[in-house]
Amino acid sequence: MKEIERSTRNNLEGIGGWLNPSRYGWERISYWLQRLTGVFLLIYFIGHVYETSTIVNGQNAWESFLELTQTVWGHLFLIMVIGASTFHSANGIRLIFTHAGIGLGTPGRPDYPYNPASLNYRQKSGIWIALILAAAAMFYGFNVLFGV
Amino acid sequence: MNNTAIDNKNEQKITLKVYRENRGQDSGSHHDTFEVPYKKWTTVLDALLYVKSYMDPSVAIRYSCRMASCGSCGMKINGVPKLACYTKISELEKSTIECEPLSNFPIIRDLVTDFSRFFNHHKSMQPYIQTNDSTEADTSKGTFSFYQSPEDVDKYLQFSYCINCGLCYSACPTVGTDLNFPGPQALAQQYRYFADTRDESKKRLDIVDDRHGIWRCHFAGSCSKVCPKGVDPALGIQLLRSYMLGISKNDKVPAKKIEVNGNNNNNNGADTE
Amino acid sequence: MDLMSCLECNESIKMVSRTILKESQIMKIHYITGIAAIFVVALHIMMRLVVPFEQSLEYEYIIANYKNIIYVLILESILVLISVHGFNGIRIILLELRQSRAWENMVTVVTISAMIGLIAYGTRTIILANGL
Ligand code: SF4
Ligand code: FES
Repeated sequence: MKEIERSTRNNLEGIGGWLNPSRYGWERISYWLQRLTGVFLLIYFIGHVYETSTIVNGQNAWESFLELTQTVWGHLFLIMVIGASTFHSANGIRLIFTHAGIGLGTPGRPDYPYNPASLNYRQKSGIWIALILAAAAMFYGFNVLFGV
Repeated sequence: MNNTAIDNKNEQKITLKVYRENRGQDSGSHHDTFEVPYKKWTTVLDALLYVKSYMDPSVAIRYSCRMASCGSCGMKINGVPKLACYTKISELEKSTIECEPLSNFPIIRDLVTDFSRFFNHHKSMQPYIQTNDSTEADTSKGTFSFYQSPEDVDKYLQFSYCINCGLCYSACPTVGTDLNFPGPQALAQQYRYFADTRDESKKRLDIVDDRHGIWRCHFAGSCSKVCPKGVDPALGIQLLRSYMLGISKNDKVPAKKIEVNGNNNNNNGADTE
Repeated sequence: MDLMSCLECNESIKMVSRTILKESQIMKIHYITGIAAIFVVALHIMMRLVVPFEQSLEYEYIIANYKNIIYVLILESILVLISVHGFNGIRIILLELRQSRAWENMVTVVTISAMIGLIAYGTRTIILANGL
């Protein structure tokens, strides 16, 4: 019999666990979205700092770069950024309160069916509000960019 | 392997897909399928024991109490960590039930996993009452009882109901990639002792203030979702963190000690747990 | 199953890292930069929205912006706040991905240098555009 190693990564759920938010309810979806939007926004931010730096090379450089981004796809990307940043901000504020123990309820004497106090409707509606705000911001951004 | 031991036409049958692997023999993994009769009250553990009794005795499972008290029968049932003895087949409302070992625990054989890492994280939280008064250990001077009001008890009681079943550890996304993260169970136990008025340790917050410590919790809430005892580890973690962020002030008054006469003390009421 | 290997396992778990800032301090910075960034980004967007979208992208208009000291301060603080918040976020994700001393040191060095690099690059734009 082979010795069973204990410090292995055997049977760890791995990054697949991060990427599959479907099994554990809204809080897990919020975790997933917060992470995805965070990474996405950082990538956008780096691109944005690079994009705006073309201004120092004069008007021509600036305008030729603008042409690249002021396209339908560029605008759709921008709408994604608007939605992602709205969600990341609103949900981030909720999470800061949560991490500070606010809005979670208090410990008590658990009883069947053992509904956890922390997964309450205040938290869930926080997530929903963040999603609705993101949708509204995207709608607004769509109107500005596509001038409907 | 399709097998039926009891030939009873009227009985309802469930298909049980069981994960099979023997880490000791390196022969790879596969699923075995069993058709098991069940009643309204049959639990997944009952079904697995039926398989062991009448179909394939080599299926490895771990269980003891069959009543959600010992915490040994945790497994992934249809992809979600659950206690097999606490999950009725009828309430799953599926025609196939897939039993797999808890993720985030190394597999030993079939549905049996290795809990060493989980228990070591638990141990590293110093899960015991610590007091500054060394005379307490000296029973020749008589024994002490701690005085705690019901309100004092309510602060931690919920977290002391943990049965170390590891379901939360299996559900947590951070544990899924971070070996050094203590996990929901251990962190909730840190809060359980932190909130206990009998405990006077000053190190509790420092133990979890590590780059792989409590801050790697992102409140995905999956631990509390799967906990079968209503421990709500996510709540404990956030409450502990509120002390670290300075939102809650630690104004714990150490529990009063009441001397108990050495002789006629029957030790029963000494512990509030 | 034997005690020895359990103890070994415990050793590997207790890889306490010596750091300049405690993790709780880093996370406080993370929360504060996050909240502050929301406000300055909102200002940045609002200053863009007071004129029609097309005009807000015109070369002269932007150069004029870069000469407005308040706007410059807003841009610089966005740059610092989001860089700190964003690269700390990436550090958190990478720390959770793999655990070993070499990896963790690498993550710290890479995220801090990327953060400083981005701030430096953005500041260069602000200074040069201000002089145009
Ligand atoms: S906190 Fe709940 S899910 Fe986690 S080990 Fe304890 S009883 Fe099991
Ligand atoms: S057998 Fe004891 S908890 Fe299921």
